[in-house]
Amino acid sequence: MTRSEVRAAFEDGPALVSYVAAGDPSAEATKEYVEALVEGGSDVIELGLPFSEPVAEGTTIQNAIKRALDAGMTPDAYLDLVRELDAEVPVVCMTYYNLIYQYGSEPGPEEFVEAAAEAGISGFVVPDLPVDESGPMYEACREHGLDLVFIVAPTTTPERLERMLDRTTGFVYVQGRLGTTGARDEVSDDTPEALERLRDADVPKAVGFGISSGEQAREVVASGADGVIVGSAYVDIIADGVENDQPTGAVADDLEALAAELKAGARKGLPEPERK
Amino acid sequence: MSGNRERTTGAQETRAGKFGAYGGQYVPEVLMPAVEELADAYERYVLDNEDGFVDDFRSRIEEFGGRPTPLSHAENLSERYGFDVYLKREDLLHGGAHKLNNALGQVLLAKYMGKERIVAETGAGQHGTATAMACAYLDMPCEIYMGRTDVNRQRPNVFRMRIHDAEVNPVDVGAGTLKEAINETMRDWATNVEDTHYVIGSVVGPHPFPAMVRDFQSVISEELREQSRERLGRLPEAVLACAGGGSNTMGAFSAFAGSAELPGAPEGTHEPAPDVDLVAVEAGGSSLGVDAEEGYAPNSASLSTGTEGVLHGARTKLLQTEEGQIVESHSVSAGLDYAGVGPELAALVDEGRVTPVNVDDDAALEAFHRLSREEGIIPALESSHAVAYLEEYDGDGPVVVNVSGRGDKDLDTVIEESAARDIDGAPTMEVFEE
Ligand SMILES: Cc1ncc(COP(=O)(O)O)c(C=O)c1O
Repeated sequence: MTRSEVRAAFEDGPALVSYVAAGDPSAEATKEYVEALVEGGSDVIELGLPFSEPVAEGTTIQNAIKRALDAGMTPDAYLDLVRELDAEVPVVCMTYYNLIYQYGSEPGPEEFVEAAAEAGISGFVVPDLPVDESGPMYEACREHGLDLVFIVAPTTTPERLERMLDRTTGFVYVQGRLGTTGARDEVSDDTPEALERLRDADVPKAVGFGISSGEQAREVVASGADGVIVGSAYVDIIADGVENDQPTGAVADDLEALAAELKAGARKGLPEPERK
Repeated sequence: MSGNRERTTGAQETRAGKFGAYGGQYVPEVLMPAVEELADAYERYVLDNEDGFVDDFRSRIEEFGGRPTPLSHAENLSERYGFDVYLKREDLLHGGAHKLNNALGQVLLAKYMGKERIVAETGAGQHGTATAMACAYLDMPCEIYMGRTDVNRQRPNVFRMRIHDAEVNPVDVGAGTLKEAINETMRDWATNVEDTHYVIGSVVGPHPFPAMVRDFQSVISEELREQSRERLGRLPEAVLACAGGGSNTMGAFSAFAGSAELPGAPEGTHEPAPDVDLVAVEAGGSSLGVDAEEGYAPNSASLSTGTEGVLHGARTKLLQTEEGQIVESHSVSAGLDYAGVGPELAALVDEGRVTPVNVDDDAALEAFHRLSREEGIIPALESSHAVAYLEEYDGDGPVVVNVSGRGDKDLDTVIEESAARDIDGAPTMEVFEE
């Protein structure tokens, strides 16, 4: 098995997994933002490598990806950014398969996975790579000791779930609702049911798609999640900063504050005796 | 053919959804159960004719659609080129394009599957129109996504969709063409997947779409073979078809490549016919290069110039940068303006069974006027690409050109672009302007 740094990050109670798009609005800013998110209590950083056709994203992250691409983010620049990151938590690369597939001299996932491992990436989330097409990626990740995280959707059948759990390492990404990413006001009713289905799976479960507040984080953890995944809520703050010309430091402070709220909320979701 | 899943085809569709290295199912997990459900329905209803689905499809595409479409001898063009030119008249299908074959097939299938809502994307608006039409006919609610650029250059079709009571959602992202419309429709589908069917408009997307759309379109080549036998007493030397996503292309080629057989096809219409040249005519746009820096290709010639990658659910040939970012394509014809192409067509090109060629925007505009003037047929700008290749075709004929659709929808574009480029043989409207 892999050494799974990602899994280890779930060991100290409900984990906060925080997403931002690399290069939004610049590589320099991303570094500060990631540090602020870690400072605020993030246990895993999910760093988006921008792809031109982000079909699994809602408008918020779609726009973030566009800002990052316009600012010149590339797979190589991404790896440089990862190398320069001063994060003490595992960094998971979230991107689409074509970028992984095209990297290097031969088509296929091996070269990017190797380069990512060298740069310090701990795992991958690839939303357009269902378990059925994941063979070569899974092998490459295994070879380099990286986790491959699969997304379980509300529509996932028990039979597919089993196939996914066979290949899942690190954590399971529980998609809390139908549709695409994007901050929502309420936790979906689908979430407890989705977690119930995974109750017996021996792997941490983190819920994402729509979480934006401490209260929602509390609710999700109270439903049995081992962690929460938050992206669009941070990206909204970054977009606001871009729109209003705010200094990077001020945006970073807001990100840190939201991460702290989410982390505290997640802790409150634990039953009383388990809280630390 | 019924029950046989390991179909041997021209492009070696050896296992479900794989054409050699191409095809597959690269979609978000939330869509996978829907895609699997559809693959299952495809096998049962389309391949095995369960509940008489294919019979129902065949009778409706005749009665509602107006099939068979004629194979017309183009006398003046034949004289011009010195070999016999025949036109397969998909422009005469109801709605004015081959798109109805697929739209009717899929909306009907969605009905058989118990779906309650249809979404679709459209580039030229022909697929959106065909889908809206089929939905009105079969009483299904329908929502269409269309890039803003395409809304502006295909206004008659926007209105036609709305006349059929479809909702049309303009997409403002990126260049506002087909690629963006597909992304947006996939997002809608992911949100409403439980009761919604996505009618993909070409032989692209995750399995089973490329195979299923090809099968619905294969009525074109099925008829083409029968009609050639009757009219010409032989099979044609070549079949020319324009390639955007590649659905009229695969429809016109499949029976010759031996790759599709819808139940009920006349005996012997799907045997491989290696002597028939299959020529896919792509949009060369204004130039064949890719400006990677700008993320822009001034063409949509993905078969001739693209590289292998993964887009919109399938592995196929794409216009992309070295890093794998998809670039914006360009063609004067909205229906060809797409950075990808069907995986089976990509495989047939690799195998050498299909020859990819391309003609540029100007040549397509010239061909538009030539066919209109010489034969009294106004072709779609998409089809005009296939017609244009006759100028370069080097053979003895007979040649069949698939006229995938009629060009009424393109008149605004043609008037404007012909004047701007000084296109040979184009009439001008200036004399009538005050
Ligand atoms: C008339 C016509 N021909 C061709 C095309 C291109 O599509 P395909 O390559 O799938 O046939 C379109 C697309 O809208 C069309 O409207």
